[in-house]
Amino acid sequence: MHIKEEFAERHVLTLTVDNEAGTLARIAGMFTARGYNIDSLTVADISEDHAISRITIVTKGPPEVIDQIIAQCERLVPVHKVTDLTDAGPHVERELALVKVSGAGDKRVEAMRLADIYRARVIDATVSSFIFEITGGPDKIDTFVALMRELGLVEVGRTGIVGLMRGSEAS
Amino acid sequence: MAEKSGADILIEALLAQGVDTVFGYPGGAVLPIYDALFQHPKILHVLVRHEAGAAHAAEGYARSTGKPGVVLVTSGPGATNAVTGIADAFMDSIPMVCITGQVATNLIGSDAFQEADTIGITRHCTKHNYLVKDPAELGAVVAEAFHIATQGRPGPVVIDIPKNVQVATAEFDRHGNNAAKRYVPAGDADFAAITQAVELLAKAKAPILYTGGGIINSGPDASAALRELAALAGAPVTSTLMGLGSFPASDPAWLGMLGMHGTYEANMAMNQCDVMLCLGARFDDRVTGRLDAFSPNSIKVHIDIDRSSINKTVRVDLPIVADVGKAIRQMITIWNSRKLQAQKLDEWWARIKGWRSVGSLNYPASQSEIMPQYAIERLFQLTKNKAPVITTEVGQHQMWAAQHFHFDAPNKWLTSGGLGTMGYGLPAAIGAQMGNPDALVIDIAGEASIQMNIQEMGTASQYRLPVKVFILNNEWMGMVRQWQQLTYESRYSNSYSDSLPDFVALAEAYGWKGIRCDDPAKLDDAIAEMLAYDGPVMFDCRVSKEANCFPMIPSGAAHTEMILHSDEVSGTMDDEAKALV
Repeated sequence: MHIKEEFAERHVLTLTVDNEAGTLARIAGMFTARGYNIDSLTVADISEDHAISRITIVTKGPPEVIDQIIAQCERLVPVHKVTDLTDAGPHVERELALVKVSGAGDKRVEAMRLADIYRARVIDATVSSFIFEITGGPDKIDTFVALMRELGLVEVGRTGIVGLMRGSEAS
Repeated sequence: MAEKSGADILIEALLAQGVDTVFGYPGGAVLPIYDALFQHPKILHVLVRHEAGAAHAAEGYARSTGKPGVVLVTSGPGATNAVTGIADAFMDSIPMVCITGQVATNLIGSDAFQEADTIGITRHCTKHNYLVKDPAELGAVVAEAFHIATQGRPGPVVIDIPKNVQVATAEFDRHGNNAAKRYVPAGDADFAAITQAVELLAKAKAPILYTGGGIINSGPDASAALRELAALAGAPVTSTLMGLGSFPASDPAWLGMLGMHGTYEANMAMNQCDVMLCLGARFDDRVTGRLDAFSPNSIKVHIDIDRSSINKTVRVDLPIVADVGKAIRQMITIWNSRKLQAQKLDEWWARIKGWRSVGSLNYPASQSEIMPQYAIERLFQLTKNKAPVITTEVGQHQMWAAQHFHFDAPNKWLTSGGLGTMGYGLPAAIGAQMGNPDALVIDIAGEASIQMNIQEMGTASQYRLPVKVFILNNEWMGMVRQWQQLTYESRYSNSYSDSLPDFVALAEAYGWKGIRCDDPAKLDDAIAEMLAYDGPVMFDCRVSKEANCFPMIPSGAAHTEMILHSDEVSGTMDDEAKALV
């Protein structure tokens, strides 16, 4: 007998939660405890009085598992609202990455040229290295990082995505 | 306003919640709370012998009274010992508030003496938990904890209180707390959806009501409403292990329990029904058997207060998130106001009669030894007029009790269903007896399970609790042995109960009465002797050693593939089946 793999689709969930000790552990741990995937997770407080945080989770699973994930999140006391951006309709997703590239000569020039094309900003420079700051959808960042890999990529830091619904309504 | 210590605030807040009984065990990190308890004789503290016993006793108290059970234990090992009971309450939706001591806030994280990350450990086996860092928060936390534990789908809540927070002072206004505005569970059902459910039920030609522990958690009126609905619809009723008692077993519409060790008629009716109304149950794997063969042709309506229970394992056609008792009342109102009539169900009942005639609970009779099923039957016959509260441990004896003991009222059947915790029954019986001083409380046990929390005999002695422990002693971890017989060609790996104590001598050592019986002809007299004794009794009922619990749906099988008692059972299974629990 072998362990079976299941078909999975990617969903972006946003949660508004009480900004209190343990909330993040409660949510992240629930994913682990129930065997759900987390591709990325971002969290920051978003209200004037620091009482509410917004968490964006990118997860993968079959549709019925995604439905369970939402229900399990809603069941947690500090979770006020869960929105499945992927299901809810048009939305924007953005991620920020810092990309350190080291090299000299043609490679250094090419890295600079590609950064310009991808609208990445240089936020640190030495005679032999750059740190680029790039924002965009995950695909754009993946592509940029892949290009830099050939030009002397040293390391990458990524925030994971945040997302909002398009239009005038709150998600 | 005068300031009080955190410990005093805690006691005041518990009193404000109507708490009169606490199950606990003292230790270093709760000494301030124990000192405050000493000054507040209104709260009866039941001193257990092990913290697992405290948690299970609180469960038994809660399940039998409908009130939340309260636990008080110290930090570190006190808390970790209670975790099994907390996890048990989480799986079986038992309202519980567990107060744990913690090392002082300045020591947290320093690997201090008796420090454990109680909040981390209990995070995923509680409905919610709190680390209280300021005594000023304590009143509001306790109020919200009781609200969360008891409202919606009930469950355990842990409040972890560092020792310095118990000592430090703050103001407390017992009328000033607004309990839990942030946790608002479901109430009434959506009108359109519940109307649709009524219409489906009224049009059904082969309906079934599949009920669960949610009916009991919803309160006594939910059980009353269930009877009315079943009568209106003329539909048969089955129940999960946790729901036994919510519908009277003496009613002709009762099919018995369903699932792995359920009756043939209940499982066949589930498989063949055209409309399944699931009320406060959760399609547990012990109930469904093989999922792709589960009730293939039925329209499924699921009413549950917990949205995450809906569509978790079985896709349903009409999901309704609501308090099941309120939803049933709504259904009755709609049914009556529309003057609906149930379909003629004669054909459906005729089929059920055919399945009943199989006699799936029959077992081979014996003159020479006590059959375990017979022991339960006699215990039922000789106690049914006393409406006893029955607790169980986990294993064969539990399933035999579920099959052969019959309940006509809710809150009389206390068992560890979800977590399946051996050692639950004795402390649960103690908790039930505390909450129901005049009731006959019997723990139906196995000789292996009873040893898991046998130290609680001392608790029963101390509080003069006349609990009866009725041990079906077959010298085996019977359910393990049965599975080894079925799945592993009778290779009985470590399932023999070797080196058993002399249960009668043990009873006497604790100041209990001990009775032993191995003769079916003397069983009735021995049970009568147990019932006549005004104190705790341990009954060592020596039963047939290798009896199996049937009927049974084997792992990975469908409802239609039940093994009945007469079938050949020994053998092996393929790996897919072995991998299922």
